[in-house]
Amino acid sequence: MPDQTKILCVTCPKGCTLQVTHAGKTVIEVKPGCKRGHQYAARELVDPRRMVATTVRAMNAVHPLLPVYTSAPFPKARIQELRAALRALEVPAPVKMGQVVLANLLDTGIDIIASRDLAQVD
Amino acid sequence: MKTVDIIIIGGGVVGCMIARALSRFALHVLLIEKEDDIGTGATSANSAIVHAGYDPVTGTLKAKMNVAGNAMWDSLSGELGFEFERRGDYVVAVGKEELALLDGLQTQGQNNGVPGMHFISADEMRLREPNLSPHVSGALWAPTGGICDPFMLTVAAAENAVHNGVSLLTGTRFEDFIFDQRRIVGVKTNRGDFACRWVVNAAGLYADEVMHKAGVRPEFKICPRRGEYSVLDRAEIQINNVLFPVPSEKGKGILVTTTVHGNTIVGPNSQWVDDKEDRSVTGDGMAEIWSGAQKLIPSLTSRFSIAVFAGLRACGNAPCQTPGVKHNHDFVIEIPAEVQGLVNLGGIESPGLTSAPAIARRVVDLLQDAGEKLAVKRGWDPIREPRPHFRRLPREEQIKLIKADPRYGRVICRCEMVTEGEIIAEIHAPIPALTYDAIKRRTWLGTGRCLGSFDMPRVVDLIAHELGVPPEAVSKKGPGSEFLVRKTKEWEVPA
Amino acid sequence: MTRKDKYDVVVIGAGPGGLAAAIAAKQNGAEDVLLIERDQELGGILQQCIHNGFGLEIFGQDLPGPSYAQRFIDDTLACGVEPLLDTMVLDITSQRRIFATGRHSGFVDIRARAIVLAMGCRERTRAQIRIPGTRPAGVYTAGTAQRWVNVEGYMPGSRFVVLGSGDIGMIMARRLTLEGAKVERVVEVMPFLTGLTRNYVQCLMDYDIPLHLSHTVKRVIGNQRVEAVETVRVDEKWAPIPGSEEIIPCDTLLLSVGLIPENELSKKAGVLIDGLTGGPFVDDTFETNVPGIFAAGNVVHVYDLVDWVSEAGRQAGISAAKFATRIRRRETGLVPLRVGDNVRYVVPHQVNRESLAEAPVRLQLRVKTPIESPVWVEVRNRDHLVLRKGELYARPGEIITVEIPIKAYDQVQLADELTLAVVKR
Repeated sequence: MPDQTKILCVTCPKGCTLQVTHAGKTVIEVKPGCKRGHQYAARELVDPRRMVATTVRAMNAVHPLLPVYTSAPFPKARIQELRAALRALEVPAPVKMGQVVLANLLDTGIDIIASRDLAQVD
Repeated sequence: MKTVDIIIIGGGVVGCMIARALSRFALHVLLIEKEDDIGTGATSANSAIVHAGYDPVTGTLKAKMNVAGNAMWDSLSGELGFEFERRGDYVVAVGKEELALLDGLQTQGQNNGVPGMHFISADEMRLREPNLSPHVSGALWAPTGGICDPFMLTVAAAENAVHNGVSLLTGTRFEDFIFDQRRIVGVKTNRGDFACRWVVNAAGLYADEVMHKAGVRPEFKICPRRGEYSVLDRAEIQINNVLFPVPSEKGKGILVTTTVHGNTIVGPNSQWVDDKEDRSVTGDGMAEIWSGAQKLIPSLTSRFSIAVFAGLRACGNAPCQTPGVKHNHDFVIEIPAEVQGLVNLGGIESPGLTSAPAIARRVVDLLQDAGEKLAVKRGWDPIREPRPHFRRLPREEQIKLIKADPRYGRVICRCEMVTEGEIIAEIHAPIPALTYDAIKRRTWLGTGRCLGSFDMPRVVDLIAHELGVPPEAVSKKGPGSEFLVRKTKEWEVPA
Repeated sequence: MTRKDKYDVVVIGAGPGGLAAAIAAKQNGAEDVLLIERDQELGGILQQCIHNGFGLEIFGQDLPGPSYAQRFIDDTLACGVEPLLDTMVLDITSQRRIFATGRHSGFVDIRARAIVLAMGCRERTRAQIRIPGTRPAGVYTAGTAQRWVNVEGYMPGSRFVVLGSGDIGMIMARRLTLEGAKVERVVEVMPFLTGLTRNYVQCLMDYDIPLHLSHTVKRVIGNQRVEAVETVRVDEKWAPIPGSEEIIPCDTLLLSVGLIPENELSKKAGVLIDGLTGGPFVDDTFETNVPGIFAAGNVVHVYDLVDWVSEAGRQAGISAAKFATRIRRRETGLVPLRVGDNVRYVVPHQVNRESLAEAPVRLQLRVKTPIESPVWVEVRNRDHLVLRKGELYARPGEIITVEIPIKAYDQVQLADELTLAVVKR
């Protein structure tokens, strides 16, 4: 008997409730939803991921914190490890938006990127 | 042990007025206040009205002090530089039955010595206050009533006292008297003992507990009576006047009044509470206030509310000393016979604010009558210069102020237009404002439509910077009320 | 940059609405644009919105707030907009005079030919939704908490209850959890989620934060600091259901109960406010009832996507620039001459309106391509023909002269510009 799982889609503001019929982690059918929604549902069953945005400490900067984000959706199960890794970080100013602050975080191939320029103070 | 001449217990409006009055004489006066700022009790939670004096029962000490005090406010506000507007107040009758009751009120007022009261017709009343209920049948006008800023005037009195040599200790709680037989020779506090010749009990809600420590009036009890208020958005509604309903046995009733800040206040209700620290606002209380307020101004709605607060009246149970006068909650202002060295005040509820200057003068008289030599100090300066409020200044004055000190050019509270210069001035004032609420009471910041959401982080930062403490140490109203718990990144990595 | 007394366009607020308006104004004819911002850097509220979700429409990317802002900030500075930071506008008049003050700018008194209002909105407070109880430290609006956590670098509490299931509240619930705090519950008075489902999934479900619909906060408990809140279930009329009270120990109550467009300044200038939206009445050019005062962004009504705020800002900026240009032209008394059909250039480039009071004005032009048949040489004020002269032919090698007669004085007085064209008869 195939399983039935409800998944709330997050790919666009519509927020459809997807009925996913699956056998283990293999998707059989997804109703309703668009192509992106189906991709999301499949991924969510197998390897749920999220964009993570947070801050890291900044040194000699106009603000004490630098906002950063993941360059791609990050494995949900490893977010606590992400937190720990970023906790240790201290980025010196000046910083440029898009600068890679930590490359290949936890061997995921995903970088941590600066969200903005951050100027230096003396 | 430090020795002074007179110790005043309690830094509310009464204690500070007494301190200021005594500062005129060659005496060493110490005022002790248990909270970390002066005026945090009933002084900063009332309707800010200087009452004309028709309301207290004739022959009571309340009535005498009210009318005597009322007359002193013009010169006092001039000397101490605080806001006071003598714009009169109205008792507004709704319906025919209430109209008849105005007569008795006017007679009582005349008997109390209140000058100039007369009746206003309903039509004229509506001209003076356009939003009035159509059921208003007439009003009694008392031209000597007024409005003030009760907190700032307390600060002004205290600053003038300090300027003239009075010592002020906040965070200092009275614990007990030190006796030599029947004579008080000192007090014990949480910050040590002090020797003195006189103690003035101006402890407000706790006056009963203080006097009991001296064995005075064991039957006297303060029962807190809570009054809840709402402050309305100045931008939504402006009331022209001070409007009272016809009073009942519960008290003056729920009024609608303008204030010196331009906001309208509605309230208070009246409810006995058990806890002298219970200043919570209740859903039922709010409903009662709006219902009462709408009786006078039907268009008032809770939608206009931008702040709510509650005050506790120090309601005592002392019967009036005048023979034939029936009133069981009169002021106590005396030098009791049972002990030596105590000036005892108790039950100073409304009209306490209005009466404060007269009470202070009476305390001076009592001390003189008791043989205390009060020699006027040379160089006593009655004048206290007010500090500028940016918002109130005309354009040219604002420009001058900014040129003199650019910090007055940085607006911290957008809604009430309070500048960095003003905030810093209060942090470093003779009686420093060290918490958010202390600054709020003095500058009116954080009381506007955004209720501090914009200014709070900036004020916390300013206080931290000016006092040289970390932002985590800055509090809303003293220890235990800090805004921030830690730095964002100060958490332990979970194992 | 030394500050001028008068600007073509002054934009108040450098959030997404204001930035877009300033750029658009500068790129669409405004000679000078002043952008006044009360904070110490440009970007407005976006600087504290560090989460993703911005720019999907405009850039086709899922950006965090600061990145979205950075794009506009870079363009703003690159195109020559003059920023005035750490400066608060105190007052504006309907004659578009602006009074402002700043720590470093001092007292500012300037005039604008056009103004764009982009002050955004403020948060609804505890008093406005009437929560009884005590008034301890620890009751904050979500935006204030966000400022502390993300920009100033401080946590305003460790154990939170959030009132309101709007996006800001849910996003802060996640944010606080990521920084080591405990969010006990999100409480929502409506029987449905008021924010986006995606935020419910990514902020509450992902972090096991319970959401209780049809619940509200009955009162706040605690003297110095919040110690607990009492929640209660409500019926469809929002009336509390007795017996459903629950006390939740916490040290912070976060309010996410709505945004209100911030229009106190607008009112001072005589701008009429729509009671329904909370923002000014505007036409399709985003002009308010006061000529030359435009408004865009959350100050007009609360948007759902920042991309549309930027779009509205852009429109308002263009409109403001056009308005300012018209005004400026009337002030200088000079009417620019434009090349129209088949005209390569015309000299002089501008005509002084008053010159025609004395004498006719002679213009000389060359055509681009020859027309070997009779032509009309036309001078137009927009669509309106001011004068027409016949010529037998038009050749690039030969200058064509046109005289604007004295009788055209009135028409030229009213013109913003004059266009010359040479067309086949």
